[in-house]
This record gives sequence, C-alpha cells and structure tokens, in this order.
Amino acid sequence: MTSIPKPSVRHPGLPRNALGLTTRDYEGGMSTLCAGCGHDSITAAIIQAVWELDLPPHRAAKLSGIGCSSKTTAYFMRQSHGFNAVHGRMPAVASGVHAANRELVCIGVSGDGDSLSIGLGQLCHAIRRNINLLYVLENNGVYGLTKGQFSASADVGSKSKRGEPNVQPPIDPVLLAITLGATFVARGFSGDKKQLVPILKAGLAHRGFALVDVISPCVTFNDHEASTKSYRFTRGHRHELAPVDFIPLTHEIAAATVPGDPVSVTMHDGSVVRFRSVGEDYDPTDRDAAYAHIRRLQAQGEVVTGLLYIDERAPDMHGVNGTIEEPLTRVPYASLCPGNAALQKLQEEYR
Amino acid sequence: MKNDFAFKIGTVNGTGSASANGLIMQAIFRMGIPVSGKNVFPSNIQGLPTWYEIRVNGDGYTARAPRFDLVVALNPTTYQRDVAEVRHGGFLLYDSSWPLDPALARDDVSLLGIPFGRMCGEAFEGDRERQLMRNIAYAGALVALLNIDMSVVEGMIREQFGRKPALIDSNFKALRLGYDFATASFACPLPFHLERMDATADYIIIDGNTAAALGCLYAGATVGAWYPITPATSLMEAFKSLCERYRVDRETGQKRFCILQAEDELAAAGMVVGAGWTGARAFTPTAGPGISLMQEFIGLAYYTEIPAVFFDVQRVGPSTGMPTRTQQGDLMSLAYASHGDTKHIVLFPANPEECFSFAVRAFDLAERFQTPVFVASDLDIGMNDWMCRRLTWDDGYRPDRGKVLGAEDLERIGRFSRYLGDNGDAVAARTLPGIDPRGAYFTRGSGHDVHAGYTEDAAAYSQVLARLARKLEQAAAAVPPPVIDQRDGAASAGIITIGSCDAAVREAVDRLRSEGVALDYMRIRGFPFGAEVARFLNDHERLFVVEQNRDAQLRALLAIETGTPRDAMTPILDYGGVPLSAEPIAEAVKSGHELRPANYELTSKGVSSQFTAGRSQPGVPR
Repeated sequence: MTSIPKPSVRHPGLPRNALGLTTRDYEGGMSTLCAGCGHDSITAAIIQAVWELDLPPHRAAKLSGIGCSSKTTAYFMRQSHGFNAVHGRMPAVASGVHAANRELVCIGVSGDGDSLSIGLGQLCHAIRRNINLLYVLENNGVYGLTKGQFSASADVGSKSKRGEPNVQPPIDPVLLAITLGATFVARGFSGDKKQLVPILKAGLAHRGFALVDVISPCVTFNDHEASTKSYRFTRGHRHELAPVDFIPLTHEIAAATVPGDPVSVTMHDGSVVRFRSVGEDYDPTDRDAAYAHIRRLQAQGEVVTGLLYIDERAPDMHGVNGTIEEPLTRVPYASLCPGNAALQKLQEEYR
Repeated sequence: MKNDFAFKIGTVNGTGSASANGLIMQAIFRMGIPVSGKNVFPSNIQGLPTWYEIRVNGDGYTARAPRFDLVVALNPTTYQRDVAEVRHGGFLLYDSSWPLDPALARDDVSLLGIPFGRMCGEAFEGDRERQLMRNIAYAGALVALLNIDMSVVEGMIREQFGRKPALIDSNFKALRLGYDFATASFACPLPFHLERMDATADYIIIDGNTAAALGCLYAGATVGAWYPITPATSLMEAFKSLCERYRVDRETGQKRFCILQAEDELAAAGMVVGAGWTGARAFTPTAGPGISLMQEFIGLAYYTEIPAVFFDVQRVGPSTGMPTRTQQGDLMSLAYASHGDTKHIVLFPANPEECFSFAVRAFDLAERFQTPVFVASDLDIGMNDWMCRRLTWDDGYRPDRGKVLGAEDLERIGRFSRYLGDNGDAVAARTLPGIDPRGAYFTRGSGHDVHAGYTEDAAAYSQVLARLARKLEQAAAAVPPPVIDQRDGAASAGIITIGSCDAAVREAVDRLRSEGVALDYMRIRGFPFGAEVARFLNDHERLFVVEQNRDAQLRALLAIETGTPRDAMTPILDYGGVPLSAEPIAEAVKSGHELRPANYELTSKGVSSQFTAGRSQPGVPR
C-alpha cells in the first residue's frame, strides 16, 4: 500500500474546528492512486466529515482490506492508528478492535472486490453482528490493482475496457445489507461530496454497522462509454432519494427550529438526521418499503443514492453481549482475575 | 492385583453411558486411588460404538493400558473386537438378556452375564429411562465386581441430583439391580480390585480444555473468538461459563469479557488479531483444520507484530481426518505457519496442569514478543478427564504487557518508529489506538520499513525481517524449558518426547530401568528450542524420539533447528488416533529399531544394526 508523506504546509487562513484543527490536520499521506480516481474524492469527503464532527484523531481507528480502495486509509487521518489487513478480512479485524475498545471510532474502507467477492462472508457477518463501524465501500465494478477484471458488482452488459461484456449478475451491497438487517444503509457517489459528507457523518454517529456504498469510478479501467460505473453513466442515471442533513447533538436546538421537517430520525447520541423532500411513497425507517422502493427505481435503470434505510433502535454488538461500558482494554487486571482463593474453592467441584 | 488393572466399557454413543462411566472413574478417584479415563468416541451424536477405558494404578501410571483385565461389552456391533481385547485369563461382562452371542465366546476368558436390559425393562418405565438406567445398572455391577465403595457412588448421585429426589431413587434402584445380581451370581470382588488409598488428596479431575480456559481467565484475556470445532469447542465453552461466573458485574449484569462466535476460523483469527492490536488479551481455540484456515492472519500477525494466542487442540489429520481421535500432527505446520519466512512460538503442554500454566505463559510471551503464540494441546489432553495436581495461582502475578508506549513515553522520545527497536533490541515498542495521536502508525502486511512506512526497498525490508528473526531467537530462552530426567548420572542413550506422550514414555523409561536399560528422558515443552534441548541431543550417543504422527515431525524440527542429523534420532511413532501405551515404546527401545506402526510392525532400517549386533540393549551400563 504505497503512500508518500505529504509536506505539511501551514495555511493560516484555514478554518478550525472545535479542537482547533484544520482539515489539513486530518489528512494523511499523498495518494498514489491514478489522477481523477473517485476514491480520492471519497477520502476528501471523509476528511471533511471527521473535521466537521470535531473527531479527535487518536480516538479513531482506520481499518481496511486489500485493493485500491483499501490503500486510501493511508491518505487520511495520519494521527490515527491504521490497519491494512488481509484481503476481504477487514470486518473480522474491525470486530476484534471494537470488541476490545468500544470507544474507538472505527472507520472501515473497502472495495467491491474486497467486500463482495473474497470478503462477502465477512461483510455479511459483520452486518449480522452489528459492530459499531462505518463501512465505506468504494465501488467501481473492477479490480484495479490487477488491471481491470470485472468485480462482483459489475452490471450485466457493462463492458470492460477491452469491450468484453459482463455476463454474471451483480451483487448489490445496498440490497444485500437491507436483506441482512443492516441498521444503516446508504449509497453515495464520489462525484457528489455535498451529498456524501452528511451521510458519512450520520454513519459515524450511528451506533452499529453503517454501510455506505459509494459509486467511485475507476478512471483507468472502468470509465469508458460502455461502463455502468463511469462518471458519465452515474451522473446520467443517478436518482437521489432524499437529501439529508446531519445535525450533531451540539446543534440540536437549531435543528429543532427548522420548519417543515418531513422525516427526521434522532440518533442514539441525540444527533438528528433530517431527510429533505422525502417522497410520500418512501420511508427510510421502513425496511421492506425501502427495499421495494430501491428495487422499483433500479428496474427503471436508476442508480439510487442517499441515506436509504436507518434503524436507530437495534442494539449493537456490545448491546447484545451486555459488555461493560468501559473499554475492555481499560478494565484493570485485578477485576479480571478471580485470584487463588477462588481457584481453590472452584476446584472443590473438580473432585 | 489390587489397584493395578484396567477395564473397558463398550457402549453405543448417545445412550447416556458417558455419565455412568464418569461416575465410576470419579468414584475410584475419591477412594484415593490413582486412575485415568480415556474416552474413545465416534464423530457422531447417536448410535455409533463408543468406549471408555479406565486404568487404575496405585503407582500413579496413567498412560493408556494396552489390554484389559475386564471388558464390559454392551454393544453387539463391537463384540468381536471387544472380546479380543481381554487379556488371557481376564473377564468379560455382557448383557445376558439375550442368548450369548457366539462372537463373545473365548475359552481363556471368564464370561459374566448379567441381564441388564431385562432387569431395567422390568424395573423402569419408558424407553429413555430404561436405556439410561441400564448404564447405572452396569455401574452397580462394577461396584460389586471391583470393590468400589458404594457409599462414595451413592454420595455422588446425591450431589448430582440433589434437587430431584425421584432421580436419586431411580439411580439407587438401578445401582442395586446390578450390584445385587453380581454379588448373588459371582465371586465378588474379582481377583483384581480396588482398595482404598490416600494418593489423590492433592489432585483434581479436570480436562485440559477446562484447564486452558482457566488459564485464559486468570491471564486476564477479555476477548475470545472462535468457530466450533472438535476437540477445541469445550475450551471456549468452559471459558464462557467461567466468565459468566467470575466476570459479570453483580449489580449491573454487565460483562467484563466479549466472546465472538465467528463465521469461520479465518474470521476468528482476524478478530483475535484486531483485539490484540487494540491492546486486549485475545485468543482463539481451534484444531488442525482451523489452523489451516488461519494461515493468512497468522502471517499477518507475525509480520505486523501483533500479540495473538492460538490453542490448537490437535486431532487426527490430514484434512478432516478423524475429528474425535488424538494426534500430534500439527507440529511442523505450527512452527512455520503461513507463507514466507515465518517462525512461531509454540508451547507443548503434556497435561491439564500445563494447559493452565502455559495458557498464562502464552499471553505473556505473545505480548512480550508481539507475535502469535500457539499452545499445542491435543484431544487426549483436551477432552479426557485427567487426574491432575491441584492448580495453584500466585496472587502476585502481573501480566507482562511487553513494550507499550503511553503518552509520557511518546513525549519523551519525540519521534515514534513502530518497527525500529531501540539500541538493537529485537522487540520494538508498540502503541495502542485511542491513547495519543503521536503514537499513530499504519499497520500493514505489505513491505514496511522501521517507521511502518510502505517500502519496496531491499535494505529497508530486510532490516525489519532480520529483527524478527532475532526476536524469535530470543524467544527460545523464554519458552518453558524441557523437562529432563537424568537419574544417577547421564546415560548414553536418551529418549525425547512431547505433549501427551509424556505418561507413556515415562512409564516405558521406568520399566526399562527396572530391566537394566538406562535411558535419559527429555520432554520438549517449547519452540523455538532452547539451549538445553541442543545440549541433550549432543550429550547422547543414541536418541529415540517418540511422537504421535506419521512423519516424525518433532524429529524433523530437531534436525532443522539444531543440526542434529536425522539418522541419529530413531523415531518411535504412533498415529492411529488413540493415546499411547508404554509397552510398544519399551519394546521398540529394546529392539533398537524404528517403530512405524503399519499394524505395529517393527521395521529394521539399518540404523540400529550396529547397535543390536554390538549389544543386547541400547542403554550403556551406568
């Protein structure tokens, strides 16, 4: 996973967040992806989102698998621990990280090969487990690092750069996630930062697994005329369901005064997700309706984007397990070891 | 023949015989007599043959008995095989509800028929109760035949069913059925039988998996990830029940542990790696097939230097193999698990006591050396009930968390380089997420330099890899040293073994000594091998290596790691899946030949020709 250290240049005029940090403070190494890669735009959106959320960098853990998308965890938040795991297995590592320290804000980045082929099982089970993880799936329909093979998200009929059509049906991560009972499902487009940033912020505030599928064109292998994951195709067929605003807890009063709020969902920490101009036939908190709506629009050839489904009531992994609030890494050893007296007493049962 | 005999009970699995067998074994233990039980069971839930072997030995030898003084044959499908295992002049107890099966006839064996089925059919209602009580009835017959203390057995039944008086009554009734029939019909007790001793007061009965789970609890492990697999399943189940007992807040009900049942072993390994990276003590119990699936994460943890503890409760391989039989077939695959240049710390417990202490040690070593550590147990240790010295715990113990930098350390050192290693130290300090932004680094399984930066540079890559090799060299001095038994000065021949072979090999050594064959004993307990191991190899002209696999894997490891020529070490091998007995080992040593059991046939490979020609016995007179 190549990365080149970025020179730290001071921009005195840059705005600062509540921690006194600028967006530059949330950057990472220089990207080595191709110029114009959608993934770099997503990196920029992540930086914007965590900056706006005033997230202390050291409280975050960046996790990824293998592939072009997974490289990007080196390109943001250099002051956060990062973990580039093995191919398709980031969800398992994230589960362990979250199990050990539930206070860490886990940001996972994966791709369509990493998530939908080699790591499909891990993705499904991380959803079932509802680990507290923002899972950004940078979806371009191809394997970039191995030079242009179709991935499992490639649409039927979409052609490779060499003109060969894909014949196998795609796995749609959004429909998959809703089917599996994911508690936060969204789709964005790397070319629309305005839409993506509030979704990422809401995903980070969500307690549980937040899947954000982001169409992210591969400029080198999948941005041509016959591709359905190109900039042009996505712009032409994108259907934004309902733009959302994310209003963090600190701005709660302001949020409450916004008039004409059609649908808003209060998150576990008191933050609010507000859906603007949501249609009458769509309810982002109704799992079956959300699924049906996406399918209907898909049948019309539309790529549905937006925060598609949200469930703030379901407990996350630690909620189900009943784990102590304090991170397990901070529980003192003395309260973990029962001691010799207890051992001697226990062994009376072993006689 | 008092307190020195073995018997075997052949039943059908799923019929409840396991609890009756456990009852008998535990009753003997409570009579103060050393005893061991080996469960030879099928990979099946109901309907297939299963055996339970009990060896009673007042001198404390607990290895599997090679043949039996008494066989209780209650499964017609295995009559032929069961009757063949009775020693000449021994006894066979069978269910005489039906006419004697011709398969059971043997002239040199006394047949004892008790109509268990008919008696229980008359005395109890319903098929299930009749089936269960038939087990208790044969236990009752054994009480009479072997002179088991009836009050001990009754006491155990009372303990077990304290709150269900009806069950106590029916169990007592069934016990009496068997007992009364035996006393009325046969000369009880049999010539070999029990007599109270006081040799078990300092002991408990425990299986290795429970003991390992206790070790995890006491070591302060908080994250356990697993995928169910025989014979490792009971380790995590024991950990769970121990945690529910000792790690749940009484007021809030909140848990100070997190157990993740993963979707597969790949994920279980990933979870352990993730939790270890974050700073928790994390482990996964598995068996050979799981180890195969975990290879990629093992390599990642090795190269990125993340503590992780793996319990491999070995079973018979290759592939699915025989899941309910024991073997030591994973030695090579653990030592160098995963692709590329790797080497790992492996600990080899021989009994539940060591499962407990090595579990704790594994966490300490994993964190001190920031690397995966394997505890290579096996089905015999893990799932059988062992008489084991009472476990003790040093309340002064503090976990060795290794080199972990906090905020103050980071302030002091200025620049943090994850993989540098100060002043040539083989272990480089690490940081944990969530503590301080100055400790941030990027963990990657791809080529990295001392600063954790990506590299494709030969020198930068080699620098880190060379330090990893040094780290594992240092670990050799930190793993448990071998157990060496050299009585009355050094002998010129030595016998080397590992893990659960211990009991059988020790017994063989004692037996050989009594016959005038002097043999020094060494049991390997850790990998990489320490200096004591090499010294023992050097100090003996003649070496035997006893292990439970086909390919002499321990011998291969010794040859690779110490340079001792393979041919200088005569393999004594057994890999059929049942625990070792002393006898074939002693025989092989006496013959000086390799033992590679194609039907336990001795094969001469020439290595011993000079030996057998020159002397009648391998040991040099002391």
